[in-house]
Amino acid sequence: MSNAYLAKSLPDSSDHRPPPLANETALVREERKEHASMLLLLAPALVMVVVLLILPLCWLAFQSVQTEDGFSLANYLRIFNESIYWDTFALTFKISFLVTILSIVMGFPIAYAASRLHGFWANLVLICVILPFWTSVLVRSYAWLVLLQRRGLVNQTLMDLGIIDQPLNLMHNTTGTVIGTLHVMLPFMVLPLYAVMKKIPQDLMQASESLGAKPFYTFRRVFLPMAAPGVMAGSILVFVICLGFFITPELLGGGRTILVSMLVQRNVELYHAWGAASAVGLVLLFVVFLIFWGINRFIPIERILGAR
Amino acid sequence: MTHTRSTLFKLASLALLIGSTQARAQDITFVSQGGAYQEAQSKAILEPAAKKLGLTLKQDSSPKAYPIIKTQVESGKVTWDVVDLPTGDCIRGEAEGLFEKLDLALIPNAAQLPAALKDDYSVGYISYSTVLAYRTDAFKNDTAPKTWADFWDTKKYPGQRSLRNLPRPTLEIALLADGVPADKLYPMDVDRAFKKLEEIKPHIATWWTSGGQSAQLISDGEVDMIQAWNGRISAVQAAGAPVAFNYNQGVLETNSLCVLKNSPNKDAAMKFVNEAIDARLQAALPMIIDYGPLNPEAFKVGVIPAERAAKLPSSPENISRQALLSAQWWASADGVKAEERWLSFVQKK
Repeated sequence: MSNAYLAKSLPDSSDHRPPPLANETALVREERKEHASMLLLLAPALVMVVVLLILPLCWLAFQSVQTEDGFSLANYLRIFNESIYWDTFALTFKISFLVTILSIVMGFPIAYAASRLHGFWANLVLICVILPFWTSVLVRSYAWLVLLQRRGLVNQTLMDLGIIDQPLNLMHNTTGTVIGTLHVMLPFMVLPLYAVMKKIPQDLMQASESLGAKPFYTFRRVFLPMAAPGVMAGSILVFVICLGFFITPELLGGGRTILVSMLVQRNVELYHAWGAASAVGLVLLFVVFLIFWGINRFIPIERILGAR
Repeated sequence: MTHTRSTLFKLASLALLIGSTQARAQDITFVSQGGAYQEAQSKAILEPAAKKLGLTLKQDSSPKAYPIIKTQVESGKVTWDVVDLPTGDCIRGEAEGLFEKLDLALIPNAAQLPAALKDDYSVGYISYSTVLAYRTDAFKNDTAPKTWADFWDTKKYPGQRSLRNLPRPTLEIALLADGVPADKLYPMDVDRAFKKLEEIKPHIATWWTSGGQSAQLISDGEVDMIQAWNGRISAVQAAGAPVAFNYNQGVLETNSLCVLKNSPNKDAAMKFVNEAIDARLQAALPMIIDYGPLNPEAFKVGVIPAERAAKLPSSPENISRQALLSAQWWASADGVKAEERWLSFVQKK
């Protein structure tokens, strides 16, 4: 901005007249125009969200309370009364929680290494994290099948080494579901963690050590608090995606690890019960909103997700 | 008065419309499930039948044809004529008024089928069976499980097991294992079946959901014995896996043919159904694919060699060793209730 421009647009201080109105309205008009063009730019995304998300959700809500005899809350009452629904929700939360914790335990060192390494090595670590991200979930689940089954690579190797003499039940159960899901979720933990850790200045650690802190103390009191938003961001992403995950549990769960998403699918495919399926889906959505709301009360979501 | 006139006018134009479509061509649209199955029947049955009748045959395929049929009939825009459906869907459709009553004067071949394989609206077409298959590297010939009671006997026949993650025909299998004779399964004692299933539940490694999964489980040796469809096991055997099965205590399921209500080519459709269950054409199908023809005469026309017949679910000696699944029972209120019970059974520890 040049001084000449400033001089022109600002009212002359030596003159005691109020600022010219024309300028102000022009500014307001300009601002409106900017808003309008912003809205125009957002329009495609807005239309898409409304048509593909909001409207279908309204349709789901309508379906969930509509039965042959008209309006009814039977589909919701069933969720609270029948143990199968309760058990399914409980198992879904249990597995999601377990996967989230494990992904922190496994993702933290990876993200830390990637953020402390330089050049080639840092890239290598990140590529190893992202590469599976680009592979179809279906393909990866089948790959686990090859590895984990009774005569699979893992069991065969352990037996050849004489560590076990009976194959371990690594899949067709909750264990298989957790392993497969964890693998899919790991990038969702590592990437936000890495983004946050990369921004932590190395100087602070050195300052802490120069003041006599032991490495672990430095890590605990300096590094960890600054990395915490990354842990939160990753945890929310992983937990929420887990809640609605379908393919891997379906393939590796052996048919008995039934999660909420599978309950929805079974309701539609086996029983043609669209209303019941809609109700389950909406309750899950509501629970996710509740979680977001709860977290937001302690730490604003924008801050966690780095938008500020 | 005006109301009647407009109704008359509509009826007249409808008649004109129907007349015009009928005049246009004697063509007929046949619908099946697609894939290798439809290709095989196209070659063995459908095209020869159309040629014989001088019809122009159009084909459509849909793995889930039922809702489409319902929409066509209810909206009055019927474009399909003959459909090949799981018999349960035929029975459901009969109750919902989706099919024409079969005109037996035009379908003389129906007389060759036993009464259990047909009714007023549908006639049996092909069959497949749910059998007990096992790994031959896990069990030597004389120690192999041969009955569902053996499948349940975990002491005498140790090993990993897998059942289908659906009550149909898993409940039938449980009752057979509990000693219910094959011809006394219906009306089904659902409580007894679930009780028997609770017994084997801790020993089931996997509850499979798709036919492909069942084939993979037994062919990779992930399980030692499994409930599976005969066609899947034959494919696994053809690929060289050490797997064997027999039709002892198999559960036979069928597909039937139906004609859509208000089909624009009703008479041609009936004649086409007659040809599709013709013994000679039916006999050609199992020479291409592992489905059993349902017209018993098909085994008497000299097309199917004895060793091939021995591998088919509907050959006279195999069919007598199996139980016939009752699509009627599964379509009944009790059947629907049993189906709903399944999910909580599988999930409960």
